[in-house]
Amino acid sequence: MMPAVAEERRAPRVVGVEFPFGHAFGPPGDKITQRRVLELALRVLGGAASFGTRVDFDLEWPVPEREAYRAWQPAEPSPIVRKLIEARRGSNA
Amino acid sequence: MWAPFEKRLSEAKIALLTSAGVFMRDGQQAFDVEREQSHPEWGDPSWRAIPAGAGPEDIGVTHLHINTADIQADPEVALPSHLLAQLAPEGVIGAAAEKHIAVMGYQDRHLNDWREKTAPEIVAALRDERADGLILAPA
Repeated sequence: MMPAVAEERRAPRVVGVEFPFGHAFGPPGDKITQRRVLELALRVLGGAASFGTRVDFDLEWPVPEREAYRAWQPAEPSPIVRKLIEARRGSNA
Repeated sequence: MWAPFEKRLSEAKIALLTSAGVFMRDGQQAFDVEREQSHPEWGDPSWRAIPAGAGPEDIGVTHLHINTADIQADPEVALPSHLLAQLAPEGVIGAAAEKHIAVMGYQDRHLNDWREKTAPEIVAALRDERADGLILAPA
């Protein structure tokens, strides 16, 4: 997830998984995908030869991006998001 | 920080770390989201040890920044401890840790508590566990 951020933070080994937040290993109940991600992470852990090795997982999330984005959002905005929204409203008033 | 992984994977003991805010309902406190509500730039820096056999009925999930419903229904989406355990008898790994690590991913940006307390405690726990490798799974 967010492999570019992991690289920026200098993670020594990165598996790029472009899945929604909260779902690093795959959809609920999908043991095949979860296992594939886990096995790829283990191969990268055990086999990477140098700092910054990145291997991207080759499966896209099985739900359109906009729909997936809405699905991973919490029911209520997080406190920091709420604070930022209120600050923006204040500056626009 | 880079460290070569010198053991063969098939002889190594592997642990998992999730930042999904998972905790054990029996005997562990939930992550402190009440304080985060009143201090939005603060995130609970503590951590929890999650037994490898824990299932959906055993865990709770506290994280104000994501929808936690899927993690609650199938914790393996964030912490695949049962799948990892299956890989040991197959010879993919040597062993799975008996306890894995859970933290809550939203943190104070200065990370002082992490540097001084949380990270050293997690490292000590993994050494006690004799883990050879750790897979970090952001939530």
